[in-house]
Amino acid sequence: MAKPILMLAEQVRGQLSDISFEMLGLGRRLADALGAPLSALVLGSEGAPLAARLGLADKALTAEDPRLNMAPPGTMADALRQVIEKEQAGLVLIGATNVCMGVGSILSARTGLPFVNNVRQAQAEEGAVRLTSQMYGGKILADVRLGGACGIAGIYPGAFPADAGRSDKAPPVEAAGVTVTAPKETFERYIEPETGDVDITKEKVLVAVGRGIQTQDNVGMAEELAAALGGAVCASRPVIDQGWLPLSRQVGKSGMNVKPRLYLALGISGAPEHWEGMQGSQCIIAVNTDAKAPIFDGAHYGIVGDALEFIPLLTDRLKARRG
Amino acid sequence: MDPVKFSLFGLPGVALLWALALAAFAVFGWRIARLIGLLRQGRYENRFDRLPRRLGHFLKHVLLQPRLFNERSIGLPHFLIFWGFVVYALCFNWALIRGLAPFLPIPYPDEVPAVALFLDVFAVLVLVSLGVAVARRLFYAPPHLHLSFDANLILSLIGMLMVSTLVGGAARIVAEGGRSAAWTPFSGLLAGLFSGASRETAHHIVAAAWWVHMLTVLGFLVYLPFSKHLHLLASPFNVFFNASATRAVGDLGTPGAKEDLTAGASRWQELTWKQILGGFSCAECGRCDRSCPAAGSGYPLLPQQIIQKVKDHVVRHGLNGANGNGVPKLVGEVITPAELWACATCMACMNCCAVWNEQVSVIVALRRHLVSQGEVDRTVQDMLGNLQRYGNSFGKSDRMRARWAQASGLKIKDARKEPVDYLWFVGDYASYDPRCEEITRKTARVFARAGLDYGLLYEAERNAGNDVRRVGEEGLFEVLKEKNQQAFQKARFQRIVTTDPHTLNTLRHEYAWEGARPEVRHYTEVLDELLQGSKLPLRQKLSGRVTYHDPCYLGRYNGVYDAPRRILGALGLELVEMPRSRDKSYCCGAGGGRIWMEDAEKVQERPAESRVREAVALGGVSTLVVACPKDLAMFRDAVKTTGNEGRLAVKDIAELIDEATAEPEAKPA
Amino acid sequence: MNIFVLLRLAPDTVEELEIGGDGKSLDADILRFKPNDPDEHAVEEAVLLKEKHGGTVTVAALETPEVDDILYTALAKGADRAVKLTGDLGAAQSEAAARLLAGFLKAGGPALAPDTLILLRSQSIDDLEGEVGPYLAEALGLPYACVVTQVAPAGGAVKVTREFSGGLRGEFTLPLPAVLGIQSAEKPPRYVPIAKVRAAMKTARIETVDAGAVEQPARVGVERMYKPEAAGRAVMIEGAPEEVADKVVELLSKNSVI
Repeated sequence: MAKPILMLAEQVRGQLSDISFEMLGLGRRLADALGAPLSALVLGSEGAPLAARLGLADKALTAEDPRLNMAPPGTMADALRQVIEKEQAGLVLIGATNVCMGVGSILSARTGLPFVNNVRQAQAEEGAVRLTSQMYGGKILADVRLGGACGIAGIYPGAFPADAGRSDKAPPVEAAGVTVTAPKETFERYIEPETGDVDITKEKVLVAVGRGIQTQDNVGMAEELAAALGGAVCASRPVIDQGWLPLSRQVGKSGMNVKPRLYLALGISGAPEHWEGMQGSQCIIAVNTDAKAPIFDGAHYGIVGDALEFIPLLTDRLKARRG
Repeated sequence: MDPVKFSLFGLPGVALLWALALAAFAVFGWRIARLIGLLRQGRYENRFDRLPRRLGHFLKHVLLQPRLFNERSIGLPHFLIFWGFVVYALCFNWALIRGLAPFLPIPYPDEVPAVALFLDVFAVLVLVSLGVAVARRLFYAPPHLHLSFDANLILSLIGMLMVSTLVGGAARIVAEGGRSAAWTPFSGLLAGLFSGASRETAHHIVAAAWWVHMLTVLGFLVYLPFSKHLHLLASPFNVFFNASATRAVGDLGTPGAKEDLTAGASRWQELTWKQILGGFSCAECGRCDRSCPAAGSGYPLLPQQIIQKVKDHVVRHGLNGANGNGVPKLVGEVITPAELWACATCMACMNCCAVWNEQVSVIVALRRHLVSQGEVDRTVQDMLGNLQRYGNSFGKSDRMRARWAQASGLKIKDARKEPVDYLWFVGDYASYDPRCEEITRKTARVFARAGLDYGLLYEAERNAGNDVRRVGEEGLFEVLKEKNQQAFQKARFQRIVTTDPHTLNTLRHEYAWEGARPEVRHYTEVLDELLQGSKLPLRQKLSGRVTYHDPCYLGRYNGVYDAPRRILGALGLELVEMPRSRDKSYCCGAGGGRIWMEDAEKVQERPAESRVREAVALGGVSTLVVACPKDLAMFRDAVKTTGNEGRLAVKDIAELIDEATAEPEAKPA
Repeated sequence: MNIFVLLRLAPDTVEELEIGGDGKSLDADILRFKPNDPDEHAVEEAVLLKEKHGGTVTVAALETPEVDDILYTALAKGADRAVKLTGDLGAAQSEAAARLLAGFLKAGGPALAPDTLILLRSQSIDDLEGEVGPYLAEALGLPYACVVTQVAPAGGAVKVTREFSGGLRGEFTLPLPAVLGIQSAEKPPRYVPIAKVRAAMKTARIETVDAGAVEQPARVGVERMYKPEAAGRAVMIEGAPEEVADKVVELLSKNSVI
């Protein structure tokens, strides 16, 4: 029998993130194919109720210590290392998210296990696992084989279905028995997201603007279009960094995760960090001047052209329809 | 009768004149010497080349003043005041010498009949002109004319000179016992005023008028270098030393510079002497402000203010010898970055400046300082970063530069591999902008139909650097230039044709060439020649009324006005001129790197929008024809933002030629 | 403050990337290298810190094509020292690169000066691990924070803000010396005019340090590298801009979005 698979559930202040279920579904599939047991680990205080929701795991482990809430990567890695040793785990799944960034590398450095980050595909094969890692900003994929199914995989958010990880069952929950050493990095406080005027995660229609919008003035044009569509404007990181829109409108790795009915991506090239935050949208229409922009690889509809030219044309037509 | 032969409180008139003249000339000389001292603190540039050409330029523009006549309300009056001044200045010196040295066996100027006539007639012409000038200031002042007390005082002083001459002349007729007024007709008309006076009294009036005249001139002499009328002294030199007297206006280089000018000017001493002289020469007439598209749109730029602020700063702090503490920063405090960035380097200001100031070079010198401090708009920074890395402002791979050509279905020669007649320097917008790519393909097809032997540099072409230089990133301009020059050396070609007028300008005037400078032509010039020579067969005549926008860098910078117009005529189109056409063309607002900048604040009406409205207002004109890829981008946007979609189409002239020369069966269905 | 910025140039993804003959790596002949955005932010943050708090900034980079330009640019921006690490670097993966960098940092003695701050990019795009910082922190035995957007030194410590998700951020205090993975600097990276870079080329010197050879082979190798299939490629809407807009309106109404 192959060595157990261990997945690190990700929680943000008492809420399990989607990535936890995505990894759980993946872990279940690999565990079944390899004939290995699957354990899930929840770090942080109040872990038990969260662990109870990880029904697809054969066993859920908790380490209830407030110092493990949003802990620095070294602290999380130390807890994981102890559990790996105890459970004799082979394959470890960690989210390639901002919250868990750094954990895989530190764990790899401390345990000597290989670390493959940004994994988009994974297959079990004859006692091994084949992982596909996304590199060079999504332009290249690399296949890697973990012999003996031993190693650490950073799972790319949104690459695997979260639904495959949800279950009504409750797994057996036990304490992992982790000894927490005081982290060198002291957590001081949370800085809450700016409360924006609009909660873009609740909007049905989002008009998203990227680098291609060029100037702050043009953001106004996009707002007009959003108004005509009855939605709101959001943006990729470059636009937020310019200060043209508040942080609360950022979609992507560091920003919001949105799943509107319509996501109109204007002048967004579709860097993986952005894609991560909007891939769940029901309908994605992308406008970009570069026919090779990666956004067209995932969007439902694509238009090669200048977003600045397209915005007023569409706005006018929408206004005309309304009369 | 000699006006200096009297004594005041026992002081002989001659002595008094000596004392006053010495004092006035001393003050004048001292002030001028100090002002020249300021010029000498500026950086050196060589403006002493080709002196005969400079002299020709000087004679034409100082003596004939054609640029002043561009504004009718003041052209002739200024011309007359100027020439009156010249005549009076000569006679003043004559009279002064005669007065200071009464023993000289020469008459006073007004004792020579022909001279007296001149003075008499000019006195009236100048007075009438002064009347017009005063009325213009009081009743119909054009915008941006600086309505200063200074100006009124000077007009009064000049009036005083004329009046004293006429009064003196009139009194002389009486004093000399009804001498004939044939040589002084206007004084003769005034003589009646003194008919009741005794000859004795009339003599006194003559002397008094003479003294008033001389004292006014001496006063004027003292006042002049402290006032805006310094322009009267400085501007002839400013015209003589003007850059475009011997070079193209599109050449921003600084020949003879002894220092590295790439970091620009942060202090006034880092401007060149000629840039400082420009300040002394400004007459505050406001022509540049009136012509400036940035000023017209409500951007914070007024070209005259740039020149004036430099002058005030130089005079105030330079003459006090103040340095460092307490001296406001030239860039940032005296002149704000927003003013400097608003300039589209369209050349409208310099093209109309009556004293031939060089506003653009000052603005670029100050921009260079901002760039050297990294104080550049975020968007411009991105563009400059792209240009550094990829050689184009679009941030696309240089390997993609000729991607448009692949889709054209044409096999275009690589000038690096086989010799061509024309090397086509396509430029960034025409190569990379999706709005322009199709037009570039059409241009290529038209070239092919004309049997033009042409080729490209493909990925070796870099942005030519015209706008980079005008943004103030001189170092990057040099790098781009070097890279292009290396590419030129590897290619074999006779001539260069460019799409973008900005590219044309810098290749034509700012690049150094090994051996003979190749001819650099705009595609409209080449296509015009091909059409005129029947090398490019027309398949169908076009019809309709169109208007044409002169790109700044094609027209004002390079004097190409007729070639595009001839093309439109040859195609069968009826050209309707906009009110602002040819060298009065109104900039689209994209030049000098403006196309990369965003507007910090809302402006009244962008230059491109103003231009589109101007075209629409012509009535019955369906198409605005352009000959510059940046114009295409700017005007197509402006047509949308002004709500003129469907009313006005913006087309590149190459599109029209393509339409007229396309073989019917080859036309896509 | 004794600030180090560690750079590793990565292939420029603006250029086309092609797979090399071995099928396991990129075609090195056409690769062009550049610092990634976060590298530029790390340099900027270092220079900002120096301007605010004094100290020296040392920029060190593993040798790659075009690295000299990048180092001179960093000097022109305000770095005091530039170091190029040469040697048999091969295709050093994150962990190996971290060891080389750690070796360089420890060259002056096993203990770093107590006011040392090491900045580098939070994430990498050019290897399987995708991050050098944590490996480096481990190799040096130093505290580490990643996705950092603000840095404020205070006494012998540094206060940092890091990003989590959904706009939530956290503030941490790390004792110095420390390693920080920078996501973005306090201000966007500054522009440095070419003339300054050229002046730096004339006056400054890049120190070359032999970093030796990569000791640690990658723990796992790439079996195959390939470009993602554009299987889920978008349905392209084509035509003149006006037609496209009409088609989109039609599409939206069919999907009852409007």
